[in-house]
Amino acid sequence: MAKTYFTEDHEWLRVEGGVATVGITDYAQEQLGDLVFVELPEIGRKLAKGDPAVVVESVKAASDVYAPVDGEITEANASLSADPSLVNSAATGDGWLWKMKLANESQLDSLMDEAGYKAHIG
Amino acid sequence: MTGDHTRHLPLEDLHQAAGARFGAFAGWSMPLTYPPGVMKEHLHTREHAGLFDISHMKLFEVSGPGATALLNRACPLDAGALDISQSKYTFFLNEAAGIIDDLIVTRLGDDRFMVVANAGNAVEDEKHLREISADFDARVEPLDRVFLAIQGPDAWAALARAGIETGSLLFMHGVEPRQNWFMSRSGYTGEDGFEIGLPEADARDLVASLLKDERGQWIGLAARDSLRLEAGLCLHGQDLTPEIDPVSAGLMWAIPKEIRAAGHFIGAGALRSIIGRGPSQKRAGLKPDGRQPVRAGAALIDGDGNPAGHVTSGGFGPSTGHPVAMGYVDTALARPGTKLFADVRGTKIPVDVASLPFTPHRYRKG
Repeated sequence: MAKTYFTEDHEWLRVEGGVATVGITDYAQEQLGDLVFVELPEIGRKLAKGDPAVVVESVKAASDVYAPVDGEITEANASLSADPSLVNSAATGDGWLWKMKLANESQLDSLMDEAGYKAHIG
Repeated sequence: MTGDHTRHLPLEDLHQAAGARFGAFAGWSMPLTYPPGVMKEHLHTREHAGLFDISHMKLFEVSGPGATALLNRACPLDAGALDISQSKYTFFLNEAAGIIDDLIVTRLGDDRFMVVANAGNAVEDEKHLREISADFDARVEPLDRVFLAIQGPDAWAALARAGIETGSLLFMHGVEPRQNWFMSRSGYTGEDGFEIGLPEADARDLVASLLKDERGQWIGLAARDSLRLEAGLCLHGQDLTPEIDPVSAGLMWAIPKEIRAAGHFIGAGALRSIIGRGPSQKRAGLKPDGRQPVRAGAALIDGDGNPAGHVTSGGFGPSTGHPVAMGYVDTALARPGTKLFADVRGTKIPVDVASLPFTPHRYRKG
């Protein structure tokens, strides 16, 4: 069964079978405002935790989204090219950003669960 | 003015109650967006009308027998040629003809003018004006006002519902409809609209009246920026700086011909020599290909990879539906249609030099 984790940088990861689907939280999309462009990552790119993976651009500013754990990009959400506002309207659903094959599943242990994340954002 | 010295708008409590998200701008804590978000706020202004709190901007009254002469010295302006209630877009220039600030001067009476200056330059502007005023029989008085903008095609109707008639006032004119009020038909969106400086108590009444109507909507600084960028209007500190002159900025329409030739304003000599030799770069609109915004600071290069200029403002245009930008481009490359590239995080985004504005102005000129 899929399990969902959260980071202090307002990302979520849904992990199933060693692959994480990654997105930003509803709190994060609210802070960013209306998104107009998402610069998606290349498939096959290897990322270390903390590497910039995706750039999300609002009307006003560009912001990096970082890899929450080590891994390799297996898929990017192509529907965001046509409709970046999916990240605003469905941050934790259809507005996912990328999928990555985890290199080190033990890194998940340091992430928060939903209750922990809710406490984090207050 | 940063950190502990952040200034707060007199109506901040109203913005908090309206659910604003705040951010720092020019030393002020300003409402950036409200719950509808920048996209809807922007479109609401173009389609209906939006209410902006621009109290971070500063109003100065310049008065006295030497007021006209003072302004003719401080600005490339023929203040005496203005009709009463006529406004003029102008500048404070330094000796090198660099733009210290861009302003709107309105003639209120024979010897009385209103000067509206930018927030970020208000302190510098006041000091500058006071220094010059030592040579003239004129007074410079900063006014303590709330400053509101009502912008959009329905702005006049919204004000009419609030009991304020605007019928005879035309674009770039300003009057004093009530005690300690200053109202001009002007703005920073490209739309018809009004800017009203007034005492705080009156401002609270006016805001309550405007928001009582369901079409009334606060608009934040984020949409103010996207609206002015689509309208091709400059933001001082980005598109205009003390290192940029009005010739390079393409703003010579603001300086009357006879003043260019014979005016005694500060920076006159430098401006004349820039006119004589021509500017090395010019401000130009930039339309990026595709959907990726190109933002301030991005370098521009030509088709051969040579430096061609830089972007000074950029973002996404909610009304145009595509990214919009402006910047300074080598004069030889500044013609609309020229193909350039912007360097965005190492990727070369094709951009076309475009004529400004991106959205046509809809001013009420008569």
